[in-house]
Amino acid sequence: MATGVFSATRAAIKERTLRTDRWWLQPLITVLVLVSFIIYATFRAFEKKYYFAEPLISPFYSPCLSTACVEGSTHFGTPIGTFTIFGMIISPALFILIFPLGFRLTCYYYRKAYYRSFWMSPPACAVAEPHSKYTGETRAPLILQNGHRWFFFAGLIFNAILTYDAIIAFKNPEGEWGHMSVGTLVLIANATLLWLYSASCHTCRHTIGGRLKHFSKHPIRYKLWGWVSVLNHRHPVYAWISLFGVALTDLYVRLVAAGTITNYYFF
Amino acid sequence: MTRKVKMRIWRGDSKNGEFKDVSVDANEGEVVLDVIHRVQGTQMPDLAVRWNCKAGKCGSCSMEINGKPRLACMTRMNSFGDDETITVTPLRAFPVIRDLVTDVSFNYKKAMEVPAFEGPEDLKPGEYRMQQVDVERSQEFRKCIECFLCQDTCHVIRDHEENKKSFAGPRFFIRIAELDMHPLDRLRNRKQKAQEEHGLGMCNITKCCTEVCPEHIKITDNAIIPMKERVVDVKYDPVRWLGSKIRKREGIN
Repeated sequence: MATGVFSATRAAIKERTLRTDRWWLQPLITVLVLVSFIIYATFRAFEKKYYFAEPLISPFYSPCLSTACVEGSTHFGTPIGTFTIFGMIISPALFILIFPLGFRLTCYYYRKAYYRSFWMSPPACAVAEPHSKYTGETRAPLILQNGHRWFFFAGLIFNAILTYDAIIAFKNPEGEWGHMSVGTLVLIANATLLWLYSASCHTCRHTIGGRLKHFSKHPIRYKLWGWVSVLNHRHPVYAWISLFGVALTDLYVRLVAAGTITNYYFF
Repeated sequence: MTRKVKMRIWRGDSKNGEFKDVSVDANEGEVVLDVIHRVQGTQMPDLAVRWNCKAGKCGSCSMEINGKPRLACMTRMNSFGDDETITVTPLRAFPVIRDLVTDVSFNYKKAMEVPAFEGPEDLKPGEYRMQQVDVERSQEFRKCIECFLCQDTCHVIRDHEENKKSFAGPRFFIRIAELDMHPLDRLRNRKQKAQEEHGLGMCNITKCCTEVCPEHIKITDNAIIPMKERVVDVKYDPVRWLGSKIRKREGIN
């Protein structure tokens, strides 16, 4: 039986949409960018090399917690040890990427982006979706989107670790403090973008003050809520540029670690 | 300056209908509603169109213009190209009555299902006192003119008629958020009701409601997502749930 815009009582119009603009462009770009990122990140996660060039470590492998990590990259010990499947050592990246991946996958902005572009639910506003049934986020697995806050808190730990990595990057390859290279700037920029992405998160906004009913009783939290609200307005921008930031930071570390380029030191 | 514009206007009723092509004058500074009135006055005297204030404040002239839910009185003719054919249809999420007029009573039924404000028992109306800082967040939602463009564009009901019985829609999520954020509202289970009775969990936050709102209310960011987070507080967060049991309150103060 016809449903949606083709339901019996609605205006009998045969077109799924009458929009005349290029409504398909934004979902198409989203698919291309996200698929490119997924391909690159998957390749890097399984490559298991070129992720550490003293003192720089790739964000895809930090913190490196496995005994399979290259020498010098295990700043936080090796509590995971080494896991193998069919004789192959599991990449150290796979143990940690689940957290930033979960944070982005359950992010309110990315949900909008991939529901529209990958699942076409809907592909664009006032463009009929192709699915015959829809239950939203009321059932498994999508009800798990309600766990966004746990990934947010895990993400804060990762931000702290990547900030630590950026501070360590003020060392030279011999381990002496007081030096700065292009790699230092790259890691600082990456950590800053990730903090902005986390600070602008809707869950952060809720936690810091959004859940309150009486702002007047909590003036400091109200002030913080106001600041986070300003950042929250730009959350989609931070979501994209921090994603590019992570990929480009990893690429820079890879090029240095592989010896393709030299990490130039300012002092 | 006057120019000729081409329009395709959907005409019909709940049984059948079709597009009618017209060529009509459009003057400098006019909006789509002006031109529709000219069509009505010169070529289609029986064309049904609902309108009232012509100032973007009554929410009556909601329709779809080139496939986008818009207010006809706020859509300027100079936003279209000289050779562009302007397609005008009724709202496609609601039953059509005739021509550009739809039956939006679904929304009134949903409005009645939202529990009303429940003020403090020891205060009479007129005695309520609140800090401005506590109410200004909700005041954004009071700008709603009930044009129902957000309801029309929401794919949950636009594309799935069967969801209408269990989904209130973005207009009523801002109403629920307004009440839940109200400093004096003391109805305790508003969040649970939002999820279990009004279908908040069906929203997948694709933000079309925000995109079409003529009052520029940040429906998704300021009402729906905060409500989803509040629902997580009481339904899906074991730490906060435990805290609320110990402190014997909903966890919001």
